[in-house]
Amino acid sequence: MKEEVKLMKGNEAIAHAAVRYGCDGYFGYPITPQSEVLETLEALMPWETTGMVVLQAESEVASINMVYGGASTGKAVMTSSSSPGISLMQEGLSYIAAGELPALVVNVMRGGPGLGTIQPSQSDYFQATKGGGHGDYHYIVLAPSTVQEMADFVGLGFDLAFKYRTPAMLLADGVVGQMMEKVVLPEPRSRRTPEQIAEQCPWAVTGDPTGRKRNVLTTLELESDKMEVNNHRLQATYRRIEENEVRYQEYFMEDAEVVFVAFGSIARICLKAIEDAREQGIKVGLIRPITLWPFPTKRITELASKAKGFMVVELNAGQMVQDVRLAVEGKAPVYHYGRMGGVIPNPQEVFDATVSHFPFLKK
Amino acid sequence: MKKEIIAAGFGGQGVLSMGKILAYAGLIDDLEVTWMPSYGPEQRGGTANVTVVLSDRPISSPVLDSYDTAVVLNQQSLDKFESKVKPGGALIYDPYGIHRMPTRTDINIYPVPAMDVAMELKSAKSYNMIILGALLKLNPIVSVESVMQGLKKSLPERHHHLLPANREAITRGMELV
Repeated sequence: MKEEVKLMKGNEAIAHAAVRYGCDGYFGYPITPQSEVLETLEALMPWETTGMVVLQAESEVASINMVYGGASTGKAVMTSSSSPGISLMQEGLSYIAAGELPALVVNVMRGGPGLGTIQPSQSDYFQATKGGGHGDYHYIVLAPSTVQEMADFVGLGFDLAFKYRTPAMLLADGVVGQMMEKVVLPEPRSRRTPEQIAEQCPWAVTGDPTGRKRNVLTTLELESDKMEVNNHRLQATYRRIEENEVRYQEYFMEDAEVVFVAFGSIARICLKAIEDAREQGIKVGLIRPITLWPFPTKRITELASKAKGFMVVELNAGQMVQDVRLAVEGKAPVYHYGRMGGVIPNPQEVFDATVSHFPFLKK
Repeated sequence: MKKEIIAAGFGGQGVLSMGKILAYAGLIDDLEVTWMPSYGPEQRGGTANVTVVLSDRPISSPVLDSYDTAVVLNQQSLDKFESKVKPGGALIYDPYGIHRMPTRTDINIYPVPAMDVAMELKSAKSYNMIILGALLKLNPIVSVESVMQGLKKSLPERHHHLLPANREAITRGMELV
């Protein structure tokens, strides 16, 4: 059977994919440029079909704490917001990470700081990959660059979240959220039964401990020795994730002299600049990190011994470039081109900025 | 085969929905499609533009620096996008409300008096379909039949009785170039 191809916005694809994954609950509060996630879920009315709960909470703080509660029961729950709203959720994210709970959080980034602008940005990279809230924690960060990946990474995010008992974030930007392109949605699945949840999540607090020991979920541990053990357990999980879950995609890398590093929508703009340059025989390539945490450090270290230099392009003042520099270990020059406040550079501007640092690329 | 199109005007003139119909038509014709809007927080007024790329190969960037065709429906959009049309490309504009005319000589310029026709049809809402007709005549990248199917997909069912009026507007637009 031919797969049904649909045309939709990235935000809409997230909503469809969540219902089809068998997501148990969505809790969110509207904010541009991601409001279509909640709007589409309300239009789909999944509570009539799969039984999925869709709730517009009173605030982002309430949303993330509803996610915390739902995740504690072993349910597949999620929220979505955009930059200022995600800032409000940081306390809850720290608690969910500390509680070793699976959850999916979508951030369709807009320009900041402050209330900023409704136009696209990538200025929450630090917040997403370095913690954001208090304490030593990480969560898996997936960066979609197409509407298809917006749909696919909902399921991937949930699967990874349950596999490692950690939150996962889908870190998109206003471009992938608002643009429409073709997408094949995942096959619909049923929501898990209580028995399946009990089997998959023996730690879940379900209100009925019959036949098992009582589960307690808390992030509070006043004895330092025990709290350090909890921290070691988290860190061990993070090392396993770093070992197994790094994802990236490479383009035109076989003979690339200068390597672009970019994620999300700007990676596509770089790819267009590269396609145009390749037509003139200019040897440039792209590595697009798909997981921003864990970061493809090893691969970039390998590339650093071959490449003449790196060009990191982001919709921010220079955030991922720090991780690239750490990976390159000083073996090659690393330059950054960034636009802020919702401004999106076009492929020519990206290429001109690159040539200004690597004049030998000019034909 | 690849067509890179920008349509720009005031919010409310229908450039985003015109782009959407074109994108749906591309989907029906089995092309790769991107539809990338840019607009402010306001529902009407303000400026709005949409970049539509239709291609028989995967599309890298939804954001571009130059276009095969620019459709500009107000002075700001004309001023902004005239220089962004590729040499040999097309600029379609409605002379209504335009005081500084396009000047380039290395592109094909088509004035399309769609506002006059919309007033004649007594249907302000058909304005963007008249423009779309002109665009399709110059750029037959998708068929009118696919456009009509795309329109059917993007319009809620309660508005399907308006399909014949839209077809007429497209036909009138095609006659303008």
